[in-house]
Amino acid sequence: MSDFTADNGPTNGTAKTSLFTQTARTKRRNAAETRFKVYGIGAIALGLFFLVALLFSIVANGIPAFKQTFVTIPVELTEAKLDKNGNRDPADLAKVTTFGYKPLVTSALIVALKEQGIEIPFAKEKDVEDILSSSVAAQVRDTVLANPDLIGQTVDFRLLASSRVDGYFKGRVTRESLVRDKNLDAEHLDVADAMVDAGLMKTSFNPAFIFGSDASESRPEQAGIGVSMIGSFFMMIVVLFLALPIGVAASIYLEEFAPQNKWTDLIEVNISNLAAVPSIVFGILGLAVFIQFAHLPQSAPLVGGLVLTLMTLPTIIISTRASLKAVPPSIRDAALGVGASKMQSVFHHVLPLAMPGILTGTIIGLAQALGETAPLLLIGMVGFIASNMPDGITAGFLSPNSAMPAQIYEWAKRADPAYYERAWGGIIILLVFLMTMNIIAVILRRRFERRW
Amino acid sequence: MNDMRIVRKDVDMNDTKISAKGVQVYYGDTHAIKDVDVEIKDKTVTAFIGPSGCGKSTFLRCLNRMNDTIDICRVEGKIELDGEDIYDKRVDPVQLRAKVGMVFQKPNPFPKSIYDNIAYGPRIHGLAKNKADLDEIVEKSLRRGAIWDEVKDRLHAPGTGLSGGQQQRLCIARAVATEPEVLLMDEPCSALDPIATLQVEELIDELRENFSVVIVTHSMQQAARVSQKTAFFHLGNLVEYGDTEQIFTNPKDERTESYITGRIG
Repeated sequence: MSDFTADNGPTNGTAKTSLFTQTARTKRRNAAETRFKVYGIGAIALGLFFLVALLFSIVANGIPAFKQTFVTIPVELTEAKLDKNGNRDPADLAKVTTFGYKPLVTSALIVALKEQGIEIPFAKEKDVEDILSSSVAAQVRDTVLANPDLIGQTVDFRLLASSRVDGYFKGRVTRESLVRDKNLDAEHLDVADAMVDAGLMKTSFNPAFIFGSDASESRPEQAGIGVSMIGSFFMMIVVLFLALPIGVAASIYLEEFAPQNKWTDLIEVNISNLAAVPSIVFGILGLAVFIQFAHLPQSAPLVGGLVLTLMTLPTIIISTRASLKAVPPSIRDAALGVGASKMQSVFHHVLPLAMPGILTGTIIGLAQALGETAPLLLIGMVGFIASNMPDGITAGFLSPNSAMPAQIYEWAKRADPAYYERAWGGIIILLVFLMTMNIIAVILRRRFERRW
Repeated sequence: MNDMRIVRKDVDMNDTKISAKGVQVYYGDTHAIKDVDVEIKDKTVTAFIGPSGCGKSTFLRCLNRMNDTIDICRVEGKIELDGEDIYDKRVDPVQLRAKVGMVFQKPNPFPKSIYDNIAYGPRIHGLAKNKADLDEIVEKSLRRGAIWDEVKDRLHAPGTGLSGGQQQRLCIARAVATEPEVLLMDEPCSALDPIATLQVEELIDELRENFSVVIVTHSMQQAARVSQKTAFFHLGNLVEYGDTEQIFTNPKDERTESYITGRIG
């Protein structure tokens, strides 16, 4: 724009203009500015709209996953069935499998229904047990094995309802949709409605979704994200304790000590490029190096952490170097001027001042690693069903596990719509983690920030 | 500020503290300092004057090897401190900088307390055996920096909270805390107002009793006020070096005269 040329009239001194009237040129410039502002506001509004839509759909779809339908009934733990010898020997008790417990629970349900005067609309009364999750026998068995004194008593149990019944109360399952469903009939729903009226069945908050373990494909009501959370936790430990010291040490060397030559230039370019390498490339590298060459266990958080460390390092190095660069050179001069060595000037003065930036970069790198799925795909952390809590710290690092985003992916691809709901719920938990980490980053930045 | 407020004192100016011979400095391909010979006396204030970019700061930074931190900078020739070549392979620049302290153009206190600013140097050089020793060094240095009275009640307040002039005196106090023999000052007053400048100049004159002071300045009046010796640099050459009075009243080189009278610069 040739703002400086005075060829178009009024500005070149021949004609006098008033300050109160806008010239055509000024009007055009003001109009351009207004248009630009409108574009900006429009872009922000569009962004906000999508953000709100995204958050709304996540919350609306995910919240039901935190609730579950439970059946509360008294179960008589018959001694004749559970402990024939009557000596409460743990080895004998363990011999009774869930098949031994199942009839007890079923008959307890039938008894409870009859007590409440609820009609059982099946030719075989036993069919009503489909209302309950197939995991209930195991739940009762675990309780008994943990406390054998309960045998012979009648104990109140809070048992999971089947995912179809649960879905009915959450609006996912209707009587019409059950016509083609072999797992449950419409009559079961009639019984379920009656049980709710009688107070035997209730939908309430389900902590097992947050703290529990994954379950098989046919039992979505039992699945929880807890174990994969542990997997993610151990991976983050590995990433933090490898990527932070290595990344910070590398940045300090490159920024403060390394000579400026073509080798360091090459390294610099490569680090910047590594930050942009697709994460799946790190996954296949991890598969080749850590699993096939170094023979580390598959699906282990240790390997996952190593791969994510490789992925996070460039992020940490770039942000650390940026924050080291941001420390004014006068501070280095001041330290060198009083006779500090290079290392003293870095560790006593430069590093503390760069700390907020380093910590923020690290936490953002960790958050990125926490949400990463693709590299886990290749080292076997996706597809593994994390059904056992690791026992102990070593097992936490070395025994197969999953990670939160991998678990979510796993749920999302399962056929049962109940798992779809759980995938959304898992997303909420993951987002809560990420937000917490970002808030910590902001707080740390505020706390360590110093002016110079 | 043109009057000479500082009363000249008679001091012994015979001992050579720093002697530079044939010093050449290159920044990459640029020849920044060309064959400079200079003898800096002990217990004297020596001023380096000259137009911007003439190399006076570069030369100053050679005297305590601060140019080592610049990768592309190369120094040739010989600079001796008390007869020892400071560019000798055996010299550790850290030890050298403990002997040759430096004050910079912009006040640059550490973002720490006033006390820690002063105590940092003595701490890393192990000059204090215990807390009481350190307290003493801090007080003595702040007194030498002519700032003790202003900060004695808030030693643990941040050094960055002081005014510009106070910060610069704090930096001078920090530099003298390590008991250097030479004090290099790179335009110490260019960021200060006239009153703060006067305070710093008075301080420089007092420091002369204990140290050899080398000061780079843009202000010829300042050079005339505080220094006993003056060196005039132009385009990387040391044009003229001599007693301040002689340089300002009776310069031998016509470039010096042109600069002093304001015709070049």
